[in-house]
Amino acid sequence: MSGILEAHNIAKSYGDFKAVKGVTFGIEDGEIFSLLGPNGAGKTTTISMLSTLFAPTSGDATIGGHSVTKESMAVRRIIGVVPQDLALYEDLTGRENLSFWGQMYGLGGAALKARVSEVLEQVGLTDKGNQRIKTYSGGMKRRVNIGVGLLHKPRLLFMDEPTVGIDPQSRRAILDTVKDLNRQGMSVLYTTHYMEEAQELSHRIGIIDHGELIALGTLQELTRSIGELETLRLHVTEDADAGRLAEALRTIPGVTRVDAADHQAVLTAPDAEEALPAVVSKANEIGIKIRSIDIEEPNLEAVFLNLTGRALRD
Amino acid sequence: MNKLLTIGLKDLTLALRDRAALILMFAAPLVLTLGLGLVTGRFSGQSDNNGLRDIPVVLVNQDDGRIGAELVNVFTSPDVGTLVKPISDTDPAVARKRVDDDKVAAAVIIPAGYSASIIPAANNASGVPAGDKKIEIYVNPAQPVGAGVIRSIVDEFVARVQAGRVSGLIAITLLIENGLLKPADAAAYGQDFGRRQNGPAQTIITVRRTSDAGTPPPTVDILAVLAPGMALLFLMYTVTRGGATLLAERDNGTLARMLVTPTSATQIIGGKVIGIFLTAVVQVAVLIVGSGLLFNLHWGDPIGVAALVLAVAAGATGWGMVIAAFARTTAMVGSLGAAVMLMFGVLGGSFGDNFPLPDFLLALGKITPNAWGIKGFTGLASGGVLGDVLPNIIALCVMAVALFAVSVWLFRRNGFIKQ
Repeated sequence: MSGILEAHNIAKSYGDFKAVKGVTFGIEDGEIFSLLGPNGAGKTTTISMLSTLFAPTSGDATIGGHSVTKESMAVRRIIGVVPQDLALYEDLTGRENLSFWGQMYGLGGAALKARVSEVLEQVGLTDKGNQRIKTYSGGMKRRVNIGVGLLHKPRLLFMDEPTVGIDPQSRRAILDTVKDLNRQGMSVLYTTHYMEEAQELSHRIGIIDHGELIALGTLQELTRSIGELETLRLHVTEDADAGRLAEALRTIPGVTRVDAADHQAVLTAPDAEEALPAVVSKANEIGIKIRSIDIEEPNLEAVFLNLTGRALRD
Repeated sequence: MNKLLTIGLKDLTLALRDRAALILMFAAPLVLTLGLGLVTGRFSGQSDNNGLRDIPVVLVNQDDGRIGAELVNVFTSPDVGTLVKPISDTDPAVARKRVDDDKVAAAVIIPAGYSASIIPAANNASGVPAGDKKIEIYVNPAQPVGAGVIRSIVDEFVARVQAGRVSGLIAITLLIENGLLKPADAAAYGQDFGRRQNGPAQTIITVRRTSDAGTPPPTVDILAVLAPGMALLFLMYTVTRGGATLLAERDNGTLARMLVTPTSATQIIGGKVIGIFLTAVVQVAVLIVGSGLLFNLHWGDPIGVAALVLAVAAGATGWGMVIAAFARTTAMVGSLGAAVMLMFGVLGGSFGDNFPLPDFLLALGKITPNAWGIKGFTGLASGGVLGDVLPNIIALCVMAVALFAVSVWLFRRNGFIKQ
């Protein structure tokens, strides 16, 4: 595989505030790359610089061999952008919106008409295409928002948190669309603060926090980096003291960390199943009834927690 | 160019789908024109195309000479008969009281010795210095249009009398110097010359009806002033709204989205300008056609009207861009736009040209598209052609170019588009 995108130490400052502090990464052709991080981590700023919306304060990136700072028009022809917020005209129909944005990408005539119909079908809105956007549900608007980014068949698609604030069904449809597009050969840079989305979609993941790329790799590489600890989540009855249980569990050999919250005690250990008998025994010993137990394999939440000391959604 | 037109047509479509905008762009000016037409009596006549008729005026003729009598004759002549409804009085104070009581549009007071002050021979006999006496026109501010017509009639009469006096003096002097006239006969000859100068063939104001010969009336229909006035007043709303859409594009994220397509910032700004311009042209064109159909209003030379519509739309678009570039938010554009719309309406004459404004404010009115546009449209409705309104068109085009340059500078200065 060859690289469609190479970012070299790109940074953005607003006065004394450094929104992005020199980020370096690459995206291979045909790859889904996710930038995972909490709100305010610098994901949107990074995507804005890469999509040529504004220039980096320092550093540069190439997309398809074109510099984002020096050849912005060439870059724009090969990228598609799906912004975080809806960027559509509410008083135009879905078809009119797609037609307008298609013309902005240089399409015209019969080719434009055909492509608009294709995209409407792709996002499942053929029968609603002649209705004004303001009559659409939130999920339908999101789908048109994505469709705009696909009109000119870009080689690299930027998707900035496309599932924020929508219902689970629409979210599922969007994730499936991303996978479909990737199967057709499109590279995707996907930003999210939902760990599950990054895990499901990505070939590789970059974790960004406070404007810095703090980890980069495949899911396996990232989880292995924190020692492949498993998580054991114990749900206790409402009248039970989860804190007292957590305190008791700390004495079990091999347990690396124990926290208590919301009628839950959460412990991490290299092998959760092996620790389970001792955990149940300890709970019985102090008279706390366990309602259910979840064993979670190493995930990005744990990676982020391990790297920053904070939960991803903090 | 394709992208500019695409953006412009998109904005035009959005404007025409905005119900609130439609009301203010089309319904409001037509309704206000209708209302003002009713107030001025434009719709009260049965057959007159001219909206003005039977303007009440009181005449006080204290002059014992022929010129005072001639002016009274003008007001009672058949040519002006339907336009004014004169009554006579002898006391200037009583006449002024009638004006103050809003009974008449104006009082015309011809002072004693007025003829003697004009005609040299009579002047010598009476000892009145030439040009010392002046006709007083006491106007009613509550009836500005009617008062304006009366003033026009008197001004025209006086101008002709003065022209006749000067040409008579020159003629008699030349005749005496060349020995063709004896000095003793000069007075008699002068009176005869004056009689011929003010003969029955000389008419001051002619009121013609469309039905007379099927041709447009040469006099100005009051709606030909009111309709463009209202159209241009609300044109400022339209261009301000257009300017606001630029900031709305920024707020809604569509501007950022356009900037990541292969479209330059210049193309986007250009497209927005075209959008405002097209919307303005459509608005004024619809109002012209609409008022023509609804009110039987003749706008005049179609080529001149079309050229002036384009020029007015361009000038107004320049203001819309400057307002958008100056404002920081769409709300600010709304407030600023409303203020500019009203201010330009007053300064530019959208509410009539009889506002008691100081001279410098009247001069300031020249910066408004309203002033140039209304004068141009009124001129065309009076029978003017494209050539007559070329100065207006040029002024509006210069205004458009200058304001566009200012708006570009402001956009760059405030970093509206971060590139």
